[in-house]
Amino acid sequence: MKLSLGPVLYYWDKEQLGRFYSEMSALPLDVIYLGETVCSKRRAMNLDHWLGLGRELQACSPAQIVLSGLTLIEAASELSSLRRLCDNGELLVEANDMGAVQYLAERKLPFVAGPALNLYNGHALAKLLECGMIRWVPPVECSAALIRAVLDQAAELGCELPQVEVFAYGHLPLAYSARCFTARAENRPKDDCQFCCINYPDGLALSSQEGQALFTLNGIQTMSAEVTNLLADYPGLEACGADLLRLSPRAQGMVEVVEAFARVRQGEAPPLFVEGCNGYWHGQAGMLRVEEVGLC
Amino acid sequence: MQLVCPAGNLPALKAAVRQGADAVYVGFRDDTNARHFAGLNMDDKQFDAAVAHIRQHQRKLYVAVNTYPQPQGWERWQRAVDRAADHGVDALIAADPGVLGYAAQRHPQLSLHLSVQGSATNASALAFYVQHYNIRRAVLPRVLSLAQVRQVAANSTVPIEVFAFGSLCIMAEGRCHLSSYITGESPNLCGVCSPAKAVRWSEDAEGLSARLSEVLIDRYQADEPAGYPTLCKGRFMVDGKRFHALEEPTSLDTLDLLPELAAMGVEAVKIEGRQRSPAYVEQVTQVWRAALDAHRLAPQRFTVKDQWRQVLAGLSEGSQTTLGAYHRSWQ
Repeated sequence: MKLSLGPVLYYWDKEQLGRFYSEMSALPLDVIYLGETVCSKRRAMNLDHWLGLGRELQACSPAQIVLSGLTLIEAASELSSLRRLCDNGELLVEANDMGAVQYLAERKLPFVAGPALNLYNGHALAKLLECGMIRWVPPVECSAALIRAVLDQAAELGCELPQVEVFAYGHLPLAYSARCFTARAENRPKDDCQFCCINYPDGLALSSQEGQALFTLNGIQTMSAEVTNLLADYPGLEACGADLLRLSPRAQGMVEVVEAFARVRQGEAPPLFVEGCNGYWHGQAGMLRVEEVGLC
Repeated sequence: MQLVCPAGNLPALKAAVRQGADAVYVGFRDDTNARHFAGLNMDDKQFDAAVAHIRQHQRKLYVAVNTYPQPQGWERWQRAVDRAADHGVDALIAADPGVLGYAAQRHPQLSLHLSVQGSATNASALAFYVQHYNIRRAVLPRVLSLAQVRQVAANSTVPIEVFAFGSLCIMAEGRCHLSSYITGESPNLCGVCSPAKAVRWSEDAEGLSARLSEVLIDRYQADEPAGYPTLCKGRFMVDGKRFHALEEPTSLDTLDLLPELAAMGVEAVKIEGRQRSPAYVEQVTQVWRAALDAHRLAPQRFTVKDQWRQVLAGLSEGSQTTLGAYHRSWQ
């Protein structure tokens, strides 16, 4: 299986991004996704900056570079930015909204269908394949059994199957809103957010009144509090037909994460147990670690 | 503008018709629709009666088949589409590309509305559904500001329906996995959010606790009103503070925006609440019918009557209403 580095979901400044990607470029990654997928107000990097970074990475890393598009497209300005991104002329694009799918299909460009597209069955997959999808990142709530069933159904419909990329590590992106929850937590209106999410490079933790970690606030995005980690599920990932494993960037420790996955890929036995949740993969509530609750 | 009202059962449908709904939307009694709650929605007999009642009163009937089928249940969604089409309903409300494709191919005469669960928030996304499925209307998610609704309406070839009143999803519909993260069941796949079977109430020295899959969503003192533990409307801890970190229990109410929605060419306004009682549907429909009629007769003189506000506030979650994302300050 190949290893991919998902887009950075947090707001990091240019220097932090530079340091991060310089570290990542030395690692055995096969695909690196770049771009802002959460909030159009995060302007530390514009499209030209991302393209420039993409060229730099291409010069020093064998990884395929992909440009990820914004997920929640609301304003006309966001739609024109998305159109420019689709028209970039250099890099493959990850579509995270049907608006991007439409632009890319009109231009007859191949694309990656990101995890924010609701593709849950073979018929839906067939339509996106017809539109130019070459790689499918299933919604994060999909189980191994569901992904396998979708692929089987698409095959029965006569489709040539796409590559399959499973979200295998990181805080799970769970929801998108018009409201900025980071600004709300700081008592700021979104229109005067002061880009406060830049102060939370790993998001802002939300817990229950009993102290149970529940979610991670990341601007307009709500993520899981738990980090999902499917390293111990590696054999199941292979059996399910995954071609790529997506590792979603965190501010600390990503080198070790990539190296751990790379070792298993090279034949080392996967660990019997890792920290973090894997409920979705096993068809359970996403927050669970199934081994801990006796579900597997 | 057309008034589209919810009905989770036959009495609610009759109430909506009685009070002047132009269209009523219903679902079948399974997970093919986004209000898959115990005891709700229509079995065959009730659906037949609903169709007959709607025809008799010359209104429109829409059927929501708006969840996302998984391969093993695909035939159930096909049957739901066939059933709606065979009864000659006025529109099918759907979100899944597979369901839309099946409906468009098998029943070309069936009018398709893109469900809010389709998460189409911009003109390019709408163009996708128009081009591939010839949708006749799109219901916009409750994440757009009024200015953004105007832009989408102006730049789209397909007529727009917006939410006017009811429970407020604060996340983009179709793009929220919070419920499955905690409970294993999601709106997209199961047609439920914060399902009732996962709810547990308990009372002890610390107060009345509302839990979802054993996760504490909120805890109430004796003088506080307790609400259903919808997980985005609980009180949580962020940075040492306890507050409604995502949203308060509140309902969307856009009576004040009615003239602007009409001016931007919105084709229909939708009342949320197939899970609510016939009495609720009756009262909300009555107020909105009166408001729409008042606006139609004298658009320049339209004002929101206090009595309308009082009725709607009394029916709202937490007895409060909001303009939601339509108003930038909410965001």
